[in-house]
Amino acid sequence: MAAPISFAAMAERKTEEQPLKVVQLDAHVVLKIVKHCKEGFPTLVTGQLLGLDVGQTLEVTDCFPFPSRNDEEDGEGDGASYQLDMMRCLREVNVDNNTVGWYQSTVLGSYQTIELIETFVNYAESIKRCVCIVYDPQTSARGTLTLKAITLKDNFIKVYKEGGLTGEKMREAAISWKDVFDEIPINVHSSPLATSLLHSIEPDAVADSRDFARLDLSVGPLLEKNLEFLNDCLDDVVAEQQKVSFYHRNVARQQQQMQQWLQKRRQENATRRLAGEEPLPEEDPALFKPIPEPSPLDVYLINNQVDNYCQSLNHFGAQTLEKLHMLDGLHRARVSV
Amino acid sequence: MASLNLSNSPAGVSVKLKPLVLFNICDAYIRRNESQPRVIGTLLGHITDGVVYVQNCYAVPHNESNDQVSVDIQHHRTLYDLHHRVNVKEQVVGWYATGSSLSGPDALIQDFYAAECFNAVHLTVDTAMDTGSLSIAAYIARKLNLGEQKLARKFQEVECEIGTEEIETVGVDTLKKDGAAPLPKDLDGLQKTLDRLQEVLSRAHAYAEDVAAGKRPADISLGRYLADTVTGIPRFEAEEFENMLTDSTQDSLLVMYLSNLVRAHLALADRLGTSTLPLL
Repeated sequence: MAAPISFAAMAERKTEEQPLKVVQLDAHVVLKIVKHCKEGFPTLVTGQLLGLDVGQTLEVTDCFPFPSRNDEEDGEGDGASYQLDMMRCLREVNVDNNTVGWYQSTVLGSYQTIELIETFVNYAESIKRCVCIVYDPQTSARGTLTLKAITLKDNFIKVYKEGGLTGEKMREAAISWKDVFDEIPINVHSSPLATSLLHSIEPDAVADSRDFARLDLSVGPLLEKNLEFLNDCLDDVVAEQQKVSFYHRNVARQQQQMQQWLQKRRQENATRRLAGEEPLPEEDPALFKPIPEPSPLDVYLINNQVDNYCQSLNHFGAQTLEKLHMLDGLHRARVSV
Repeated sequence: MASLNLSNSPAGVSVKLKPLVLFNICDAYIRRNESQPRVIGTLLGHITDGVVYVQNCYAVPHNESNDQVSVDIQHHRTLYDLHHRVNVKEQVVGWYATGSSLSGPDALIQDFYAAECFNAVHLTVDTAMDTGSLSIAAYIARKLNLGEQKLARKFQEVECEIGTEEIETVGVDTLKKDGAAPLPKDLDGLQKTLDRLQEVLSRAHAYAEDVAAGKRPADISLGRYLADTVTGIPRFEAEEFENMLTDSTQDSLLVMYLSNLVRAHLALADRLGTSTLPLL
């Protein structure tokens, strides 16, 4: 008879095979993130997520904020001891003690930075799965909760770890700018106790603040800001493109020079051979150094950001159109009455 | 002879709670040790004009047996320091315990917290629902002194209000779903809002009809309010309105066109670039 399979072994096997499908946030975690980001606004804040990695789901069961970094005297070691003290204290009251990632606030979804990627890679060294929750207080004030869970794609981390962030390696691994970030759907989970709590404190108002925010017609300032950011990004794209074309031009020029030099050397060698002398070597590595290729990572990040801004512009645009159509309908109805 | 003296009841003290505090308490209660009947913890917040705003909290390990109670003061201090570094404005304002009734050891804990802050608030949340509901109550303590000697403590219930602004930002429906629920989409929210708007309008309409038909006594202030609201709607000429509408529509369409154009360019650069000559 086959040996019984232990639950531990089964759980282990599952986590190995299944990719991350869902990030599950506890209700109080969402509230904590919202509170911290709102209090910190307009400063961007971060905090740590604690939870459990269960098969396809990453359960985030608690979190704590990091002190903001603008205090100059706060050294690196201080931050680490803060983290350790906090986690020790939370463990004493039986909070899940595994780090599963971090959260941060953002302005209009501009979170794709090199620092983010470096943090991800740092985390990836100690924990298998790591997620970053991005919360946008500004768009959330418009009636829609804007929470995103992002991770880096495995392929990208692999290439990054091998130190191969050159254009060549990236192309070899077939990684385009779309293959850097991965967004994972978020579920909100409330314990039965929290649900009953909510039922007992729920406001019985017929309309809440979100309803007013949703019916607000003016998206002007938001669109403006978004377009401004997009503009900056496009400037960056152009600058990066110039770098790339500059690189290509340089490479072409170098190759031309190399050809000329080679031709000259061959002629020289031919005359030397006629004169019965030793020919000079036809390769001189010291003369032509390879020109460094601009890092593709910057371009990738900018592209991602441009894409993000375009998406949100589209989103806001569509939202406004919807509301305008509604208004039109309403007006017609009123006129006909 | 020493005089018997009951400290003044602090008039006008009330407590305003953030829902996050209650959610945290619930979570701490779920995570308590197996043998532990209740959890206690520190409340953080600030006091303005006699109103105690409770904004945050954390659980503190403690031990109770018979009439003895020990609170992990070290834990309380460390966590307070850590929280203080994140938000300087949050001070200790009191403590919470789960359960519905006040017991003997509560006075001792109250003594400790009274030394930590002015007018320490005691909050009870009936997480076990002994009374059949999840009742929430806030108390402050009054001292009964005989001269210098403390005789007793009296817990006096004060008004306790729960702010709902935060859960509104997140969305009550999102949080209320039992178990796990995905985040709602934009359009769902708009639809819900419109449904609500319609309901509110029809209610107001029905009320006005009833009053007009004499079925219901007229409330003057309510009538004024309704009239103000109705006159608050700006009146536009049809042409003017049309212009405004087309202008806004064109603006949005233009922005959308621009963003799509940029995306098309990105995609194009992606396709045109080859492995030997990448454009991006």
